[in-house]
Amino acid sequence: MTTTHSISVNINGKTYTRDVEARMTLADFVRHEIGLTGTHLGCEHGVCGACTVLIDGRSARSCLTFAVQMNGRSLTTVEGLSVAGGLNPLQQAFQEHHGLQCGFCTSGILMSLTELLSDNPDPTEQEVRETLTGHLCRCTGYAGPVRAALATAEHLKSIKGAA
Amino acid sequence: MKPAPFEYHAPTSLDEAVALMSTLDNAKAIAGGQSLVAMMNFRYAMPDHLIDLGNVAGLSGLHFDAQTLRIGSMTRQRELEFSAALANKVPLLKAALAHVGHRQTRNRGTLGGSLAHADPAAELPTVCLVLDAEIEIAGANGTRIVPMREFTAGFMTTALGYDEILLAVHIRPWREGHGYSFQEYARRHGDFAVAGAAVLLDANNDGVIERAAVALCGVTDRPIRRDEAEAALVGRHLDDSVIARAASLAGDVEATADIHADATYRRHLARVLTTRALHEASSRMKTRKRETV
Amino acid sequence: MGSKNFGARVTRFEDVALVSGKGQYVDDIHIAGTLHAAFLRSPHGHARIRSIDTSAAMRCEGVHAVLTAADLPERMRKQRMPLLLPNATMATLRTQHSLAVDEVCYVGQALAIVVADSRYLAEDALAAIEVDYEVLAAVSDVRAALADGAPRAHADLDSNVVSQFVMNYGDVEAAFASAPHVFREELWQHRGGGMAMETRGVLAQTNVTTDSLTLWSSTQTPHIARRMLAEVLDVDLESIRIIAPDVGGGFGPKAIFYPEDAVVAHASRALGRPVKFIEDRREHFLCATQERDQYWNVEIAVDNDGNILGVRGDMLHDTGAFVPWGIIMPYIAGATMPGPYVVPAYHLACTVAFTNKVATTPVRGAGRPQAVFAMERLMDRVAHELRLDPADLRRRNYIRPEQMPYSVGLIFRDGKPLIYDSGDYPRGHDAALKLAGYADFPARQAAAKANGRFIGIGVASYVEGTGLGPFEGVTVRILPDGRVRVTSGATSQGQGTRTTLAQIVADRVGCRIEDVAVTIGDTAGIANGVGAFASRLAVNAGSSASIAGDHVRVSILKLASRALGLPESEIDLEDGKAIGRGGNRPTISFGELSRAAQGMPGFSMDADHPVGLEHTAYFTPTQASYCSGTHVVEVEVDVGTGAIKILNYSVAHDCGNVINPMIVDGQVQGGVAHGIGNALLEWMQYDENAQPLTTTFADYLLPMATDVPICAIAHVETPSPLNPIGVKGAGEGGTIPAAAAIIAATENALSSFGVRFTETPLMPDRIVQALQRAGAYGKHVA
Repeated sequence: MTTTHSISVNINGKTYTRDVEARMTLADFVRHEIGLTGTHLGCEHGVCGACTVLIDGRSARSCLTFAVQMNGRSLTTVEGLSVAGGLNPLQQAFQEHHGLQCGFCTSGILMSLTELLSDNPDPTEQEVRETLTGHLCRCTGYAGPVRAALATAEHLKSIKGAA
Repeated sequence: MKPAPFEYHAPTSLDEAVALMSTLDNAKAIAGGQSLVAMMNFRYAMPDHLIDLGNVAGLSGLHFDAQTLRIGSMTRQRELEFSAALANKVPLLKAALAHVGHRQTRNRGTLGGSLAHADPAAELPTVCLVLDAEIEIAGANGTRIVPMREFTAGFMTTALGYDEILLAVHIRPWREGHGYSFQEYARRHGDFAVAGAAVLLDANNDGVIERAAVALCGVTDRPIRRDEAEAALVGRHLDDSVIARAASLAGDVEATADIHADATYRRHLARVLTTRALHEASSRMKTRKRETV
Repeated sequence: MGSKNFGARVTRFEDVALVSGKGQYVDDIHIAGTLHAAFLRSPHGHARIRSIDTSAAMRCEGVHAVLTAADLPERMRKQRMPLLLPNATMATLRTQHSLAVDEVCYVGQALAIVVADSRYLAEDALAAIEVDYEVLAAVSDVRAALADGAPRAHADLDSNVVSQFVMNYGDVEAAFASAPHVFREELWQHRGGGMAMETRGVLAQTNVTTDSLTLWSSTQTPHIARRMLAEVLDVDLESIRIIAPDVGGGFGPKAIFYPEDAVVAHASRALGRPVKFIEDRREHFLCATQERDQYWNVEIAVDNDGNILGVRGDMLHDTGAFVPWGIIMPYIAGATMPGPYVVPAYHLACTVAFTNKVATTPVRGAGRPQAVFAMERLMDRVAHELRLDPADLRRRNYIRPEQMPYSVGLIFRDGKPLIYDSGDYPRGHDAALKLAGYADFPARQAAAKANGRFIGIGVASYVEGTGLGPFEGVTVRILPDGRVRVTSGATSQGQGTRTTLAQIVADRVGCRIEDVAVTIGDTAGIANGVGAFASRLAVNAGSSASIAGDHVRVSILKLASRALGLPESEIDLEDGKAIGRGGNRPTISFGELSRAAQGMPGFSMDADHPVGLEHTAYFTPTQASYCSGTHVVEVEVDVGTGAIKILNYSVAHDCGNVINPMIVDGQVQGGVAHGIGNALLEWMQYDENAQPLTTTFADYLLPMATDVPICAIAHVETPSPLNPIGVKGAGEGGTIPAAAAIIAATENALSSFGVRFTETPLMPDRIVQALQRAGAYGKHVA
């Protein structure tokens, strides 16, 4: 037996109202119901981090959350990072510093780093690496993402300083 | 890996939650979901009813009074990690939290969820055990208190009845200035502990140990207190040989063998990690005498 | 003509879409009306299928079809997957059926497909399928597979031996008979899976009107897949189009053609609906191909100065239950062992045997890491026994650059004599040692020891055959709007192939790199293709891009000469324009020239007027081109727990001319991460019934950000004389010597205890065991 629920979720600033089956995961809801396919599924058991989104600003694995639990909540996905249709500083840094290769794990990593830089604008390399342990990347050996994160922190500090 | 079908319930009061747990067959409470949903995705867990505790009033938060700390079961691990009051009163908890999963895990995971799930390698049940925490449980017949030693009943088994909900954890913090340490060996950062040791120490003004608590995670089918090790510490000054003896006693248990480690290695780790924890706890301990210097 | 882009650190244009979440991986592709597939998989390592009852499953909600082998067309049911790489030494060419017919030979082998409205509903229906199995004895450990009376992995075969072959040259008997020193090692080597973050997936869409199929597939080899699919479905090759969209990592296992893809394609045709199958991670652990165990028994003969006189031994390779790629991996391993050293005599006898596990096929490194581990462990043994510095020992045995091209004496996997085309092994060696501060290490080690810390250093070198054939074509076409369209059968799973091809073409034709539009991985884009594996695309596709670009350049100049009324020698091509020198610098754009190359309807063109402004080139390498490198690794061992931490990692890497140093560095860094996994973390465990025990990311451990330091990388460039751009492959060099160097460093860290290690991966409990046996845990363990 299953139940269906009407939920109202704010995703990247826009509100969506949908009926969902209880067991639909948040990841599948975002990807297939809403069509935001930037969030990816790499394991569906809470290790790889590819499905990471922000729930009320806090990083969470969308494969371990049911869509129905998100009624009334506010989500940010990778599609919500872009600024005026362009890349935000973190995204730009990923391109500049070769922070991605196949790109599959990247969306989730960008969400976790967004949270980190918001909580901690001047992280050490070790702190960046510890944040990244919530993710698995099989391509980059993590050097590119680490450099991109630290470069973004530097950049944000410098423009803040200049302001 | 999609979960099997279930009916979802979102009670907003404790009474409602308890009523659902008592009346529905094959019902499971979901707290942070960090363990449960993974099991459901694998279809290892197939509850017919999921009772979401996330909207139940009054289940989360930290309340300090003069002698005890009451932590609501639905308090997110993140809140514990960043609580300055907790860092001050129960520093062992913060030390242990550094090993609990990853940021995403702690943003959603809860204290009660970890205790109820009772993974043998889990850090939070081990901390509760070494603190002699008391577990407050709600059921159809009202609430009851279970000492942590009795709460851990076996491999992923607790004293929780199928129709009961874990309400809160009561902790009596040790004296300010007590020694504490959480030493864990995991294969990678944030992984399940292959083995871990939690130690609390307190000494009198002459440096003689008055109180000692030693617990291990990941070594057997549940977290365990090491009474023999504790007995070998109380009444003594800590030096290398006292520590070595206590650690040896701590590691003398029948240990689990699995794909990650055999029993011999786990026992070895128990001894090594207890040694390190005792050293670290000792160095952190501030006796009243030292404080006045 | 400049080489403005070749060799430059050009950021990838692929990235803009990917960091915005606008990548299009197979599961992101949405077609209205798509149905979803799930496969019923064997829970047994070996069993006969007595019966399958799908009637209850057919009645489940949302189910459109449940198919077993019995429901397939007769030819498809009976046909086994085409075998890609047969070898004369193979006693059997056993590959899988599309769906298991009467026997399952590994846990995870597919017996039935459910097609339903959603993956959720398809999985519900799987539970309703009833199978009556007769469980048979399974063979799990490949050593047990050779024993008399061993269970047979396939019930109808007399033996589990797939192949026995020898690689040899020189007089190894004489070398050993007269050698002053002979040392022997028995090595267990295990590698796991590629474990790309994106699992496999396929979306099959049937066009009922034209009876044609389009498949989007997370494959490294769309053209090969197309040929295989046409054969299995028994349809016209040209009725199938396969597109590899964005692919989230490959590393080898996605180069294989999987039977499930044929079944999904068939289901789409049978139902007249699009059908999508996205493998989940648990399935990936069970049935995506992997590498696994090899047992090496090897000896080295040296003189009193440590010069190598000969190497010999035997090796046993676990090939799993099927051989979709023949015996490529053990073959490559056998050919790679001599490496960068002068080895006057060599003899390796290889046995390949079946077990009841998923097939082994190349994973990043493809058998070379194992060969290098074996050779480097022998070298370290020699150094230890003769009290020589391990780096010095290697240096005195390297093939010298003046000996290039160097004929090893074997036939390589490309079918050609193994001749190293170019390389300077001492230079790479010296560069790596310098990066690592090797000369100062003894002092660092002593200082650490005084503080109760155990650190060690290890060195490993390798030679790697890359750029394998047969070809990879590239079409370069100037479009009417002046953009340059580049099309290739090459594919990318993160290597940045599109950017590197754009760099090459932009230089050759003289346009801006942002005006190059690259399409790869689509069988409709170019007639013939092979795909990405064996670090072959830079050589093959890069060379084809260069050649095609040059041809187009010739045509552009010819047309521009006519248009501008100037000799070709007076015309420069720059930023997509042909510009005459001198005076008012008359200019015509590539777009205009492209339109001119179409002529005018009804009018004749001049005799030598280029038709269309395009060229397709298929560069065919005469043999592999040989990369090399040296890794130097510093580790710290926690003697209490056995934990190993990598402190520093230095790499000297020679992949010939470097097209994009940023991308090459990324490949090296990423390759090293795989190597760290191989050395310390990744172990696919099975029990004695061939049941997989590590089927989640919690049990099978991949390196995390806290496990992989940033590598210091020195580029050595010895161009290959075998292709027009002098490149060699770069995808696997980071992985190949890593385990050897890491294990050597670990042994060095613990040298005061006299422990030695002969296995990879090396787990902490094994280190503790070794230390325990050595009496390390007296009373001093902290």
